Amino acid sequence: MDSKFQKIRNDFPILNQKVNDESLVYLDNAATSQKPQQVIDALINYYQNDNANTRRSVHTLGERATEEFEAAREKVQKFINAEQSREIVFTKGTTDSLNLIASTYGEVNIQAGDEIVISIMEHHSNLIPWQQLALRKKATLKYIDITSDGQLDMQDARKKITDKTKVVSIAHVSNVLGVTNDLKEIAKLAHTHNAIMVADGAQAVPHMSVDVQDLDVDFYAFSSHKMIGPMGVGVLYGKANLLKQMPPYQFGGEMIDFVNQYDSTWTEIPWKFEAGTQNVAGAIGLGKAVDYLNKIGMQNIANYEHNLVSYVLPKLLEIEGITVYGPHDSNYHNGVISFNLRGLHPHDLATALDMDGVAVRAGHHCAQPLMKKLGVVATARASFYFYNDKKDAYMLVKAIYDAKEFFKI
Amino acid sequence: MSLMGLNNLYREVILDHSEHPHHKRRLANATQTITLKNPTCGDVINLEIELDNNRIKDIGFTGEGCTISQSSSSMMTDAVLGKSVVESLEMAQIFSDMVMGQKHPQADLDKLGDAAILSSVMKFPARIKCATLCWWALRKSLGDEER
Repeated sequence: MDSKFQKIRNDFPILNQKVNDESLVYLDNAATSQKPQQVIDALINYYQNDNANTRRSVHTLGERATEEFEAAREKVQKFINAEQSREIVFTKGTTDSLNLIASTYGEVNIQAGDEIVISIMEHHSNLIPWQQLALRKKATLKYIDITSDGQLDMQDARKKITDKTKVVSIAHVSNVLGVTNDLKEIAKLAHTHNAIMVADGAQAVPHMSVDVQDLDVDFYAFSSHKMIGPMGVGVLYGKANLLKQMPPYQFGGEMIDFVNQYDSTWTEIPWKFEAGTQNVAGAIGLGKAVDYLNKIGMQNIANYEHNLVSYVLPKLLEIEGITVYGPHDSNYHNGVISFNLRGLHPHDLATALDMDGVAVRAGHHCAQPLMKKLGVVATARASFYFYNDKKDAYMLVKAIYDAKEFFKI
Repeated sequence: MSLMGLNNLYREVILDHSEHPHHKRRLANATQTITLKNPTCGDVINLEIELDNNRIKDIGFTGEGCTISQSSSSMMTDAVLGKSVVESLEMAQIFSDMVMGQKHPQADLDKLGDAAILSSVMKFPARIKCATLCWWALRKSLGDEER
């Protein structure tokens, strides 16, 4: 398996470069993933040969572009096992997808006194849309807490989700703590109370096999760019019966049925939610990314990354003065590892690692309420993907020791 | 290579200021106070100034931040203490120009004292904001609204 993954690295030309005279070790995959040549070629090919506007041009190129765009939708549908392709709405990304739900489903269905339940580990994109909706509607926003080892507190979830709850929205995988949340169980809870279940899958879909029907979530949002696809395109999965009832998100071209001077009617889902010219190249690139991931197999990717985590997490935990956030048992920790070194600000650490060619993120990871809960201003975060290997993991640990030596901590 | 690269930024004097920051304290008689945040990293600076006859009679800062932001704050408070508002704003401009790579005569840089050593930060673009946060706070609290 490892040799297969060695070859994979050659598909990612960006990884083959020096940074500060050292070989690049890219460990900021939770922020964005790199793109294989196959995806880059798909973008070039589209613009060189097929570029046209979709669903409005009768000519051959228009037909071709439309066909490829809709084929990408079907690839995404199968990838997350949605029942129908019209349940796949293309958006700008996870943030856009979550805003779409809050400002359409939320706007219509949330009333004063209703409850919206999220968790303290949410990324701002699955927090602020609900917070602002709650403020607009005089609804109550409730947070499910985390346990001492950074997992979602399911006992607290059972307390927080009540008959007043209309929406539960939770990250599938935390972008800070690296934990996978039991969406299936939470969806069950939500449905028992007649609430809908929304999931932020940005950190999950790239790394594991996701089956939206099995999870029984009502909405599921994710981004192309974190799963080796292009930036600027994302997905909102929604159950067809819900999408049909929802008002449009934006108004404009290609989302209409008929437009009169003083009123209009809307076209069918998913196009009702895709106003204006879409990121066609992006969607086609995402389709190519799905092909690429399928070829390796999501289960293989999950296993490979799990091996990497079992290798690197104990080595990190051995470092004197380190605090690793989230579970310390690698069985419960995905390839997103946030940590701090005592006596060194994560920004200084990240600069030091960068001098060794190791790219990590330092900051609040768009999760300020979680940072507050953890009692920190910021953390460093190393995040792995399937093109990383044990050498990368080793280089991370070595660079941390280098930084400790330099700063004498 | 890595340690050499780091040496360019983390000079001894910078580490000294960060470990033992000057004027890191609250003021009893502050006439201006301001809190600024660096939204990308969450760092915070609370800057307090006691102005007397348009002159900085006392200055202090509190807050959390990295080595660069802490040492920059320390060096800035050294540099502007006792200076007039006009002089302080001029120094803020020199500092800002310096870290953005704009040339200034050596005499200008000398006005900054230790803070001039932070010109090294311009080779680390991601860290420029860490060095300038305290100077923005100074500008704002002295009424340089344009910034």
